[in-house]
Amino acid sequence: MAERDPKPVRYRARRTPVTWVRGGGLAALIFLLPMLFVFGAFSWYPIVRTAIMALQHTNLVQPATWVGLDNFRTVLHDPLLPTAVKNTAVFAGLALVFGYPIPLVAAVLMSEVRRLRGVFSALAYLPVVIPPVVAVLLWKTFYNGDATGVFNTILGWIHLGPYPWLQSQGTALPSLVLESTWANAGGTVIIYLAALTGVNSELYEAASVDGASIWRKVWHITLPQLRGVLLLTMILQIIGTAQVFLEPYLFTSGGPANATVTVLLMIYNYAFGNSLGGDYGSATALSLMLAAFLAIFSLAYLRATRSWSTR
Amino acid sequence: MKSTRMAKTASAVILAGVLAACVSAVSSAATGSTKVVTISVASLIPGSTPAAKAQFDSQVKEFEKVNPSIKVTPVEYQWLGSTFAAKLAAGTLPTVFEVPFTDARTLGDNGQLADLTANVKKLPYFAKYNPAVIAEGTTSKGKIVALPKGAYAQALHYNRKLFAAAGLDPNKPPTTWAQLRSYAKQITDKTGKAGYAEMAKGDNTGGWILTTLVYSLGGRMESGTGAKAKATLDNPQTLAGLNLLKQMRWTDNSMGANFDYGWSDINQAFAAGNVGMYINGSDVYTNLVSASNIDPSIYGIAPIPLAKNAKNAGVLGGGTLVAVRPDANAASRAAAVKWIDFFYERPLVDKAQAVRNAQTLVAGKQPVGVPALPVFNKAQYDLANSWIKPYINVPQSQMKPFNTGIFKQKLIPEPAVSTQSVYHALDPVVQAVLTDKNANITQLLQDANSSAQAAISQGK
Repeated sequence: MAERDPKPVRYRARRTPVTWVRGGGLAALIFLLPMLFVFGAFSWYPIVRTAIMALQHTNLVQPATWVGLDNFRTVLHDPLLPTAVKNTAVFAGLALVFGYPIPLVAAVLMSEVRRLRGVFSALAYLPVVIPPVVAVLLWKTFYNGDATGVFNTILGWIHLGPYPWLQSQGTALPSLVLESTWANAGGTVIIYLAALTGVNSELYEAASVDGASIWRKVWHITLPQLRGVLLLTMILQIIGTAQVFLEPYLFTSGGPANATVTVLLMIYNYAFGNSLGGDYGSATALSLMLAAFLAIFSLAYLRATRSWSTR
Repeated sequence: MKSTRMAKTASAVILAGVLAACVSAVSSAATGSTKVVTISVASLIPGSTPAAKAQFDSQVKEFEKVNPSIKVTPVEYQWLGSTFAAKLAAGTLPTVFEVPFTDARTLGDNGQLADLTANVKKLPYFAKYNPAVIAEGTTSKGKIVALPKGAYAQALHYNRKLFAAAGLDPNKPPTTWAQLRSYAKQITDKTGKAGYAEMAKGDNTGGWILTTLVYSLGGRMESGTGAKAKATLDNPQTLAGLNLLKQMRWTDNSMGANFDYGWSDINQAFAAGNVGMYINGSDVYTNLVSASNIDPSIYGIAPIPLAKNAKNAGVLGGGTLVAVRPDANAASRAAAVKWIDFFYERPLVDKAQAVRNAQTLVAGKQPVGVPALPVFNKAQYDLANSWIKPYINVPQSQMKPFNTGIFKQKLIPEPAVSTQSVYHALDPVVQAVLTDKNANITQLLQDANSSAQAAISQGK
């Protein structure tokens, strides 16, 4: 029986403030301080404040009073909540069905183009740099409900319409998705284009030698190679669309008849919709509920797709 | 050695501090007697014409000349139910700003407006205010937190050119709702424009205009007062009013294609000649000129048609008050009240100021003589109008139907409790009727009533 080696004796220098400073600890802390301050002031403090405010009744002028979980009960009993959740889910779903594949298709097509790729990239990205309010005002004229609206005029050439677009409970939400897709697709296209440059061109050449069609190359090479990026953009898009606010606020104010009220618009209305001062408690309570849902959803998504994204 | 250097450094720092303090004291002594107070004031709504801005600036200069210790910074401002609370919470309101009659009292009770009692009671005309009007700016504890800018009655504004084009007499606006409906259809049939349009945006304007319609039919949105008030949104007159809108929208198709107008949008659409008739405050002509460049020849204004067989029928009246930020210090409050006195109140009670004001407005190509309601009393209102008669530049003959008819109508204040919440609850009802042919009006009204009642109970 071999004798066990005795445990190696580890000599550790005693840590004192002096050794910590000499070891660079102080310098690291000093370099860290600005970031800690910025995160603390603009990220962590608001989060803590939100959590506290969700348990209070306050108009931000008079002293706040503790109300326990009353704000959560108010939100959960609000008859508008199911409508807002449904509208948000429909918006996210439509954006996923139509808005998610479009940038991918555009990126794949653009990567096939040998000349003027930069021009196409710039054109695709242009809507992203247009200020959102300007874009919405522009699209409002497109969506004008009478026959003189841009879309209705174009459709009128082929004897269609006029359609009410934003003035109908059935078409208002899809109209917002259309504008949102136009406005946001450019950013995702650029991400896909960057990811596509990382795909080994030899794979395509080998597939070509084997006689694969473009469709088969996309299906068997491009998509599997991009799966990590695809999964990431999908969760980012879901989180983004679950917090949709700009379009319903600027286009329709949640109308007609609450057809475009979303969860975030509801939060805004709790906080600022009443000119006599906001119900900041309910607003923060609903914010926390949305944040909790998105956190749980993201964790579940990451767990469910972990094996696929790293395969 | 080290301690000597440290002592020298400390001495230098102390010396610098003492010197700075001395310089500051000398500078204060030099300027102490003319310490300038700067206040920001609500000026014009965003999008106003350069002429309107120039006219406002000239009034600011005139004020600063009389009050050299006050500097006034004009800030574009428009009260909107959907943005006011955000500005209030963010602290981005100007020192002096405007709020509707419906909100000042509650905002004051919540400590969200400055207490102006001591300052305003010194105004020489304070005792002459119409008690009902000054009550709108007084808190439940008797503090005065706002002074009236002006009062209005809701009115029917109509496009005389479209009336003529449709074969209607521009001097004979509709006097019943049935007539209004048939005129709207005639305008649409003959001109292709919206015969009658209505605000229906989710910023409380939809509920505001529906309440006007309901008042004209004899209905009320609330009964009782205070926390015991009861929401009565689902009354028979609201049902009748919504059915009238439904017929105009879906049977006659006389309401155009836009059903999300807000206050500014509908004014622009009307000034652009796209709307035959619409309801808004009687004083909106100022905005139509300053923000939408209306051609005065197309403008007509008439009283809201009142149901003849309903004894409670009346016209909704309201107004605008001027208030001050709660965080304004004593000097800023005093300066703010001076500005309110100069800009808003004096022209109503002081002949010299009224004439000067009218002259400035005329020079700036802004309207003088816009229909409004008395803030003090009818005699004072008539007197003030007589002072500025030579300067009146609005098309008065086109305003005759309103000016002769309004004082015969019963004026009814807006719902007293949770006003904006009541309007907000009605917004989706109006939107549903205008965008869904099969909207279940009874159910929608019941839901809106529950929502309004909840707001009343919670004091929102």
